[in-house]
Amino acid sequence: MILEKDVVVVGAGPAGLAAAIEAAKAGAAVLLVDLNLKAGGQLFKQIHKFFGSRAHYSGTRGYDIGKKLVKEATESQVEIWLQSTAVGVFPGNKVSIERILQNGGKKLYTVHGKTIILATGASENVVRFKGWTRPGVMGAGAAQTMVNVDHVKPGQKIVMLGSGNVGLIVSYQLMQAGCDVVALVEAAPKIGGYAVHAAKIRRAGVPIFTKHTIVEALGDAEGKVSGAVIAEVDEKFQPIPGTEQTIPCDTITLAAGLKPVVELTRLMNCASAFEPVLGGFIPMHNQDMETSVQGIFVAGDATGVEEASVALEEGRIAGVAAAQALGLLSQEDAESQKQFYWNRVNSLRSGPFGEKRLAAKQDVLQCYQEQIHTPQPEVMIGGLASGAD
Amino acid sequence: MALIDTGYLTYRELMEKQKLPTEERFLQGPVAVVECVQEIPCNPCEAACPFGAIHVGEPITNLPVLSAEKCKGCGACVAKCPGMAIFVIDKSYSQTKGSVSFPYEYYPLPEVGSTVTVVNRQGEAVGNGKVLRVQNPVSFDHTPVVTVEVDLKLINEVRSMERRHS
Repeated sequence: MILEKDVVVVGAGPAGLAAAIEAAKAGAAVLLVDLNLKAGGQLFKQIHKFFGSRAHYSGTRGYDIGKKLVKEATESQVEIWLQSTAVGVFPGNKVSIERILQNGGKKLYTVHGKTIILATGASENVVRFKGWTRPGVMGAGAAQTMVNVDHVKPGQKIVMLGSGNVGLIVSYQLMQAGCDVVALVEAAPKIGGYAVHAAKIRRAGVPIFTKHTIVEALGDAEGKVSGAVIAEVDEKFQPIPGTEQTIPCDTITLAAGLKPVVELTRLMNCASAFEPVLGGFIPMHNQDMETSVQGIFVAGDATGVEEASVALEEGRIAGVAAAQALGLLSQEDAESQKQFYWNRVNSLRSGPFGEKRLAAKQDVLQCYQEQIHTPQPEVMIGGLASGAD
Repeated sequence: MALIDTGYLTYRELMEKQKLPTEERFLQGPVAVVECVQEIPCNPCEAACPFGAIHVGEPITNLPVLSAEKCKGCGACVAKCPGMAIFVIDKSYSQTKGSVSFPYEYYPLPEVGSTVTVVNRQGEAVGNGKVLRVQNPVSFDHTPVVTVEVDLKLINEVRSMERRHS
């Protein structure tokens, strides 16, 4: 049996929740699916106070924003399926969902969505060096989940790689959990994230090694991490022989950026663009957050890695646009709401830290206008759906 | 900018980027020192101030500007700043001592009256300080603000205390 929904939203992070809320408020029957035990995506491990303006819940801790959104979604009659993984999308806007049942069993559902919003987020990049597969080497996101969600320290002495906001914030949070960050290593000559985050961990005594990288994870008798060999790098980010030093540690955490999770948009043959600033390949979209395929919308990090507050606003735009496509909102109402949220997104992309992302996003919108112009219905070719390319 | 090379501000760099209270104002009593020098989209400090002493305006990437004459040194902004970049400095405390209030989100919290090792912006121990207050009301949302008494000559450098293990 195929279930019928007006909107199927994949991913219950800030983008998916906001999209589901907006579409449901407009009267759509919305199903929101997420593979995790809880809705909220990464918000529940963001224990820090957010930047932004009051409209973006600034000064509020991430997990409190998560709670507010989940409450709003529930009150807006969004149907939420947790431990439910979208394992495929098929021609005719069908989503296959593998749902874990209360008795522990699994059941495969096929849901037809008149519109689909893909808010699948991003995954961490990995950095390879000698010994990188040893126990004790992990993504910074994994370490953050351990301390903030599972309340387990990944280790005691941490070496962090990467000085973007993730590297800086997770270093701080590891110390709040009682770990020691013995070094933060950054290949670039400058700190990548917000200076205030760097200042916090400097005050706590964390040495920051810019122009350095990790060349090897040393191991103890059991093979677990016992140290990090770091070395200075040249202008091409190659280690300079003779500059190695060993920092004893039991954990190495990698914060080397994120890349959008785009498997589902690829399956739908949504046209994509390559934008390094936004994390690599991303589905192209228009001002409605609609992809090259009619009725398939995207939002959040899946359309380019930015911040939770940006993901929220993009989600709201996608939700409004999906409701408009379903005829649930008048054009006038929908346009004014979308404009309101676009203004808020653009304010988050202002300033020296946002301008590159703003330019990349404008590039995506412009390429869409030139190459696709209007979303196309999916076309069957040899049994596969194909969007415009 | 040294800040993005090293992760910490020098006092001179801070003075170039931010309009700090005058020495005259410092001697009148506690006042906020806003160590926010990068144009990031953020403005909760503006709404946090009950006296309207902090202005960000539009666009929200503007640096906050403190009107030192309106500031009462209450510290409401210290806990609210997501960047933990605002401090309250009191140079009027005594002839030789002043006080520094800073956000401190680590356990264990220091005991009032105890002596702690105080650190500069680089995290270097620069001396000892007596803990005068530890404020942690619900409105601070789990960002305790610690006030320590330090030698006046250290007051422009001390911005936190040494983190301890529980």
